[in-house]
Amino acid sequence: MNINWSNVFDWMMLLKCFVTGGLLCVIGQILIDKTKLTPARILVIFVTTGAILGGLGIYKYLVDFAGAGATVPLTGFGYSLAKGAIEEVSQNGLVGAFIGGIKATAGGIAAAVFFGYLASLISKPKMKKQ
Amino acid sequence: MKKIGKQTVKFDTPPTIVDCSSIVGPKESQGPLAKYFDKTLEDEFWGEKTWEKAESKIIKENINLLITKSGIATNEIDCVFAGDLLNQCISSSFGLRDENIPFFGVFGACSTFVESLSLGAIAVEGFANNVLCATSSHFCSAEKQFRFPLELGNQRPPTSQWTVTGSGAAILSKNGTGPYITHITPGKIVDMGIKDANNMGAAMAPAFCDTLITHFLDTGRNPSYYDAIISGDLGHIGKEIAIDITKSKGYNIKSNYNDCGVLIFDKNSQDTHSGGSGCACCGSVFSGYFFRQLKQKKLKKILLIATGALMNSTSSQQGESIPGIAHAISIEI
Repeated sequence: MNINWSNVFDWMMLLKCFVTGGLLCVIGQILIDKTKLTPARILVIFVTTGAILGGLGIYKYLVDFAGAGATVPLTGFGYSLAKGAIEEVSQNGLVGAFIGGIKATAGGIAAAVFFGYLASLISKPKMKKQ
Repeated sequence: MKKIGKQTVKFDTPPTIVDCSSIVGPKESQGPLAKYFDKTLEDEFWGEKTWEKAESKIIKENINLLITKSGIATNEIDCVFAGDLLNQCISSSFGLRDENIPFFGVFGACSTFVESLSLGAIAVEGFANNVLCATSSHFCSAEKQFRFPLELGNQRPPTSQWTVTGSGAAILSKNGTGPYITHITPGKIVDMGIKDANNMGAAMAPAFCDTLITHFLDTGRNPSYYDAIISGDLGHIGKEIAIDITKSKGYNIKSNYNDCGVLIFDKNSQDTHSGGSGCACCGSVFSGYFFRQLKQKKLKKILLIATGALMNSTSSQQGESIPGIAHAISIEI
């Protein structure tokens, strides 16, 4: 059976996804190495930046460009919050600002809690290697 | 004993350090000093369910090891001075609850080992015949308490130090033939406004220099009097800062000064960033390495200065700076 791999994958999209996701991580690495920000603060900065850029309508260009490279990192979570809030407001009015964000990200949050619990049942915390 | 100068105490009949013992964790067991420790552990739990329990077990077993090694019976030990990093010093109090020895809990953060030895020496010069001094720390329990849960898998910044898993303990006695604790210089709290809990070396280096220079002024000694000047856990960054500060005050310690946090791990192969830290850093390196050097007369006079960062997790979150402290003891044979 001959599979034409160039048709199965959009290689250009994969590359854009990889580079964009990687660059977002590079920003995080630079913040850890060069500033006194704690990882928790960097996390919050990433999420709020994503939400602000999402709300201003800028982040969606990055999502269109890089797909999961932009939606999977923390900024993507912020983007989903903003996007969900905006959509809910357009359907249900101002109360949607409080509902939409969590609604749009509910799957991710519930999955994190569920799989986190599963992982805690089958594994034990360990010392890091470095 | 009598006070000399501003804050140093000189002993009339200097207490002897009869014996020392040390237990260290898996990472320390792969470090350059591995062969000097009495016992090395293969995993950080040591058969216990939690890291906190493991740390208590480490200090308990280390004390039992020391008592066996020294040949001094438990009921001949008049009191224990011990402390650690966990809230309310639970490693020490839980580890020692079955020992039936009068217990003084000591908190001096990572300076606890020398603080215990100082108080122990005072007790020996006073009422006691034999005093046990001990301390412990554990990488995992310390990370969990002071920084972030290990499960979060956070990256460590380049300035951060690696809390030593282990314990150091010593028995001081009225009767003995040395090595003697001849002087102690308890340190003042020095706070230069460093707020970064991942840069302890820089926060503690000024306190180290203050105690060191005060010791020289009080005793009339200078750096070359000692075969070795050893700080507790300034790490690579703190060590360089300490050398620079003392140089600017007119003392050159570069040739005979080193730091336990620098010695205990290999910088290149172990990737601990700025070196070791924690109560057990100074405790285990002195008990394992330097005490042997003194016993074998390879070193005759050392000045041991343990450094501590007196913050807690709440003060860090509230943006407080980190007060540093350093206590010095002069040990001579």
